[in-house]
Amino acid sequence: MVLDVRGLTMDFGGLRAVDHVDLQVNEGEIVALIGPNGAGKTTFFNCVTGMYVPTAGTVTIARPGTDARQITRMRPHLITAQGLARTFQNIRLFSEMTVLENVMIGRDCRLSAGILGAIVRNRKTVAEEKQVVLDSYAMLEMVGIGRWANETAKNLPYGAQRRLEIARALATEPFLLLLDEPAAGMNPQETRDLVALIRRLRTDHHLSIFLIEHDMSLVMTLSERIYVMDYGKLIAVGDPGEVRRDPSVIKAYLGEDVSA
Amino acid sequence: MSSQATTQPQPRRYLAYARRSLLVSIWFAILTFPIIVIRANTITGTITWRWHNIGWIVGGTFVGSWIWRYFLERKRAGAAATMGPLRQRLAASRAIVAQAVRRPAVARGGIAALLLLVVAFPFVGGMYQTNIMTTALLYVVLGLGLNIIIGLGGMLHIGYIAFYALGAYSYALLNFHFGLNFWLALPVGALVGGLFSLAIGIPVLRLRGDYLAIVTLAFAEITRLVLENWSSLTFGTAGIRNIPRPAIAGIRLTLPQTTTFVYFIMILMVALTIFVVNRLENSRIGRQFVAMKEDFIACQAMGVNIARTKLAALGLGGMWAGLAGVVFAARTTFINPASFTVWESIIVLCTVVLGGMGSIPGVITGALVLILVPEYLRAFAQFRMLLFGAVLVTMMVFRPGGLIQKRRRAYTISAQEKQVAGEIGDPGIQG
Ligand SMILES: Nc1ncnc2c1ncn2[C@@H]1O[C@H](COP(=O)(O)OP(=O)(O)OP(=O)(O)O)[C@@H](O)[C@H]1O
Ligand SMILES: [Mg+2]
Repeated sequence: MVLDVRGLTMDFGGLRAVDHVDLQVNEGEIVALIGPNGAGKTTFFNCVTGMYVPTAGTVTIARPGTDARQITRMRPHLITAQGLARTFQNIRLFSEMTVLENVMIGRDCRLSAGILGAIVRNRKTVAEEKQVVLDSYAMLEMVGIGRWANETAKNLPYGAQRRLEIARALATEPFLLLLDEPAAGMNPQETRDLVALIRRLRTDHHLSIFLIEHDMSLVMTLSERIYVMDYGKLIAVGDPGEVRRDPSVIKAYLGEDVSA
Repeated sequence: MSSQATTQPQPRRYLAYARRSLLVSIWFAILTFPIIVIRANTITGTITWRWHNIGWIVGGTFVGSWIWRYFLERKRAGAAATMGPLRQRLAASRAIVAQAVRRPAVARGGIAALLLLVVAFPFVGGMYQTNIMTTALLYVVLGLGLNIIIGLGGMLHIGYIAFYALGAYSYALLNFHFGLNFWLALPVGALVGGLFSLAIGIPVLRLRGDYLAIVTLAFAEITRLVLENWSSLTFGTAGIRNIPRPAIAGIRLTLPQTTTFVYFIMILMVALTIFVVNRLENSRIGRQFVAMKEDFIACQAMGVNIARTKLAALGLGGMWAGLAGVVFAARTTFINPASFTVWESIIVLCTVVLGGMGSIPGVITGALVLILVPEYLRAFAQFRMLLFGAVLVTMMVFRPGGLIQKRRRAYTISAQEKQVAGEIGDPGIQG
């Protein structure tokens, strides 16, 4: 198990956005979290990645082959260093920086150069910088946007921006990738490419993938297990077939009781 | 009005400008009426009505407003679309210059010419000019230092001058009590500036934008008030006199010689600052700064320690102010708290904003323009603030990135390296 969340709860004042959620991701699995707008999916992500401090509950992670460790209430940059990387629902690139530099920031937590090294440019710093450029470029090639390396990030087409977010997350060397609506705003062709990319990341790079998505056909084709959330609570878990047939899921999405 | 105006035929559009400009000028005439038209002579008890002035006001505002609107509209329509023959030629010549500069021979020649100019300046210009230039160079160092905090780190810091003051007082006081010489004071001043900058940085780590601006502003004022009122330590408003000028191992320099000497110290300091800031910019820490400025949430999520990065920017920025402060004290030989008002902070801030945030040539240009132009335009001294304001507003509207805008660096990846990377990726997938 790479991610184990127990009883996660997040309150915003009087609003309980996430309510005692238990959720697991196994090694090499593609898991989806779905639910209507405002169900609390992004909030759940934010709690897991340390952007929000959860009101209650625990988050435990384990890089394959190592011991499990608690990351509840850890600061976000430390969680990322542990091997959890994410993308954002509303793309958050460093828009004035180049595409390559965006990925280089992703590499940052694996670097060691300091301020003094930057000024005197000792051999170690120079070598590290060179390696960062190459590694980052390789990430761009991997998601298929290498030719835009020196372009300003904000000038990229929309689909490529989403890919860049993935490349930037991959640069942190995660074992678990969290994608918040990676296909939002993509056309059918881009979505198909994205599905292929995600599969490739899993098989070739041994990543586990946990994604939030509204595009049901993508979710159904891609994921092995699906968690369904509504009003902060988990209402169903299962493989795509089970979830599709689950009356409470149908009710949550259609807003009426069809099982009655 | 923008979308409408751009689709209107030319004469109609100009008519629309004219109507609005007329309204503006009439309004302006009413506003300025009491000061422009009426003159009360309190001795004779008479009032003169200077009606002709209203003509100037209305005419001037009308023309000014019309031109303003015209350029604003052009800017909206997009510079490229309306590029006239003159601008095209300008762009073409700029491209030629840019290409020429990239040629090593030309670049080397340019640097040699600049060096010659810099070295010859004090001997050709005389003491007065050298003094002015030294002041400008002090502001260049201050601007580049503040640029680390604002231009790179994106933290709106309005109390920067406090570190300059602390640097100056470090030298003055340590010299007064312990006879510390100028050269040793330089690193001490830098250290004091950097440490104080860190010290106020820690409590404000969570603040951003306006809040940070207010807190740093308050910090600068508090520093000044402490310097003014803690008389037993700082000699209060009376200040500290007879601070020794920089000297080399006991050689006594005449006043003009010292002026030249300080000028060269500043030249070296500017060179050092450019060198260090440039290296910082093109490094891991420089990337962290810019990423933090762009989107601190994403930056944090990508594994950058925001707190440490912020403190690094503040500490590095504060060091330059402390360093410049030592030179300032040594040069004027007299310091008091009045030299370090918030107004000075604002000027440094303006050099960064006017020149171009995050751009080294931009900040240097900004500092030179803002300090030298008022010196040479003494005749307009009373309009200085007015011009200052007008220039800044115009800049913010028409060129918000500053005079010389920052360009991101492009990395070159060799074909061989590309191939290696390509083998990792899947060529079947295209963005
Ligand atoms: N920072 C916050 N402060 C207060 N309320 C918040 C905050 N973030 C989210 N919420 C609330 O929590 C609830 C869940 O929001 P969340 O963004 O997690 O939904 P979501 O499932 O991601 O929805 P969508 O599919 O639209 O992205 C919403 O009611 C939202 O208004
Ligand atoms: Mg969401």
